Amino acid sequence: MIYHSNLTAIMIFVLFVVFVIGLSKYFASKTRSAEGYFAAGGQINWGVNGIAFAGDYLSAASFLGICGMIAFDGYDGFLYSIGYLAGWVVALFIVAEPMKRLGKYTFTDALDSKFNSKSIQLTAAISTLIVSAFYLIPQMVGAGDLVVPLLGLPHWVGVVMVGIIVTIIVATAGMASTTYVQFLKGGLLIIFSSVMVFLLLKNGLNSTPSKDFHKYTTLQAVMDNDGNVELKDKKYPYKVNSLYKQGKNTFVSLANETGIVSWWHLVKKDGQAVLEEAQSKTILESGNVLYNGEPKEAGKFNAVGNLSKIVMDGKEVEKTGPIGPFQFLATVNNSTVVTYKKIPQAITDGLNKVMIWYPEEISGARLMKPGVKFKIGSDKWMDKLNFISLMLALFFGTAALPHILIRYYTVPSQKDARKSTIVAIGAIGFFYILTLFMGIGAMAYGVLDVESSNMSAPLLARYFGVALFSIVSAIAFATVLGTVSGLIVAASGAVAHDLMNNYLNIKLTDKEKVKAGKIAAIAVGFIAIILGILFKGMNVSFLVGWAFAVAASANLPAILMLLFWKKTTAKGIAASIFVGIITAIGIILLSPSMWEKYGLNPANAPSSLDNPGIISIPLSFITLVIVSLLTQKDNMGLNEDMEEKTSSEEAVA
Amino acid sequence: MDHGPAAKLGKDNASSIKSKLGVILFFVYLIIYAGFVAISIFSLNTMGKIIFAGVNLAVIYGFGLIFLAIIMGITYNSICTAYENKLNKKLTQNEGGVVK
Repeated sequence: MIYHSNLTAIMIFVLFVVFVIGLSKYFASKTRSAEGYFAAGGQINWGVNGIAFAGDYLSAASFLGICGMIAFDGYDGFLYSIGYLAGWVVALFIVAEPMKRLGKYTFTDALDSKFNSKSIQLTAAISTLIVSAFYLIPQMVGAGDLVVPLLGLPHWVGVVMVGIIVTIIVATAGMASTTYVQFLKGGLLIIFSSVMVFLLLKNGLNSTPSKDFHKYTTLQAVMDNDGNVELKDKKYPYKVNSLYKQGKNTFVSLANETGIVSWWHLVKKDGQAVLEEAQSKTILESGNVLYNGEPKEAGKFNAVGNLSKIVMDGKEVEKTGPIGPFQFLATVNNSTVVTYKKIPQAITDGLNKVMIWYPEEISGARLMKPGVKFKIGSDKWMDKLNFISLMLALFFGTAALPHILIRYYTVPSQKDARKSTIVAIGAIGFFYILTLFMGIGAMAYGVLDVESSNMSAPLLARYFGVALFSIVSAIAFATVLGTVSGLIVAASGAVAHDLMNNYLNIKLTDKEKVKAGKIAAIAVGFIAIILGILFKGMNVSFLVGWAFAVAASANLPAILMLLFWKKTTAKGIAASIFVGIITAIGIILLSPSMWEKYGLNPANAPSSLDNPGIISIPLSFITLVIVSLLTQKDNMGLNEDMEEKTSSEEAVA
Repeated sequence: MDHGPAAKLGKDNASSIKSKLGVILFFVYLIIYAGFVAISIFSLNTMGKIIFAGVNLAVIYGFGLIFLAIIMGITYNSICTAYENKLNKKLTQNEGGVVK
């Protein structure tokens, strides 16, 4: 879409960022020790920590990604909300208290608490770095997407900006400032999302969402037996230019009287050939880009998404007026929605490359249940496996995310760890219910940018005014800042504490450890910037699905088996982490989505699985069991030692 | 080695029973979550059936899973707190160990 920057938006955004950096500086003055840097001294209040958990967790993936996916694919986007929230059940019931009991700064501490094993220290630290990197990618992509409409800057500038600001935040203050930034933005995100949903319901649904909304046009056509297409009415101001087939779809380019070329989707309606106006982006041989056949300045690239037919209480209406939450969902269920589909690969038209998005009218009933993005209604078992794989990764991924696990070390006790998790579940659960309304609202309000699903929620806010758009965008930007801060703290902890101090046995003083953490933070920030630029254009929630799959495959089997199976050995844990990482990343790199990213046809990808969880999670479990059984000798005397150690610690207590 | 909790923790006599309760609640939730996935895969049309206030099963089940997590979390915390108060009371008074 074509965006223009706005002074109010820029001012609100700058104020927000300055405030966040000021907050970091304040906490920097209070952070002296390694405990303060990596775990905020273990003295954060459970309520604050709970909302900070929500702030950590409600990343760009939740706000930008889920709302965007719902706006484009309906209920399938909401599956992420359900899966992300369900993952907290694993965190609360299984992981929260033991993690607090066993660890100090990092999740490696907890895994290694029983063994003092070099192989665990190395593999767990590498796993933390890899999962953090996978989680960082979507945050940076989301940041880039945000600054395009907000500040009118290119995508890569946004990525670099976030990278620099976050690195400053983390490199100055660590976990304490990260916690309060998360608390602030988590709270604001929930408040302003509620405001948006309130306005949405107050406004209701309208088949013409705004005065300047452009409804796609249709032209009657005639197709002969050879597949040639002519316009039926010679009065139409177009001439057929060219015709391309891609899969089951046919696209026709038409030139108008002034030579401007537009693209149309050929469909059959009631036996008649019809051309439906599509959106196109043409990259000319010179490198210049045309939107719907004209330069960017002409502003012809339209916002899309609306209800073509609204049925409320059994009657077709133009608009609903104010509406209740259930009636809102029921009305969309009974209505017809205009969605836009992207062609899998750009069309080569002479020397130009053309990307096309074409309209498709779908019944609300189909959009309000699973099956539009994830083809679980098809006969192919691979489609069903992909769905199971995703739901498995989301369920088991949360409790294995290093930046979430380290938050258990910021509270004083196990009880506080549990209570803060419940606050987090309440806050996050409420927000996820709002995502369904925001996503559907964006779908119906004619605000969608076909180039980036990630901007759907902020663009819905813009419908209600520039002020709300600016505030929501600034919060979304802070969301990215907060989550990236948490990830960088986790990654820097893995480098300074797990790798340098424990694995390499480099004895660092408290001050040196903090310094090493800060240098690591800068390095991780730099890598995140590069990855953010490379993965531009992908849905951020989809990318986070990968991070969950890698975390669930690499870390969760180790955590669960350590807690519940006495025969677990250090080598079993290290092997399962290694196998989990390798299989999860291997399947991702060979997946259809990555094939598309490489510029190849996704249908030719070696693996049909888009999410690796269904293979990599069980494989990681099996590896742990087999290797542990084969290395039982290593555990001889260990359990007795542990019991003795526990008894003596209890006696001291 | 530099491991061990960031904040000093006392002995928790309730940890074993809390752990068992956590595992039971986890499996209860897992079964209900698996039910959602199974219906989606094996009977997608069922997910589209209207069951409450004009809203279909997919939406109600999804909201239900979210609310259930919150309710189970609060219940779990109440039970855990009751166990901690009961089992750690003597320890707090006589041995100085405190589970906050």
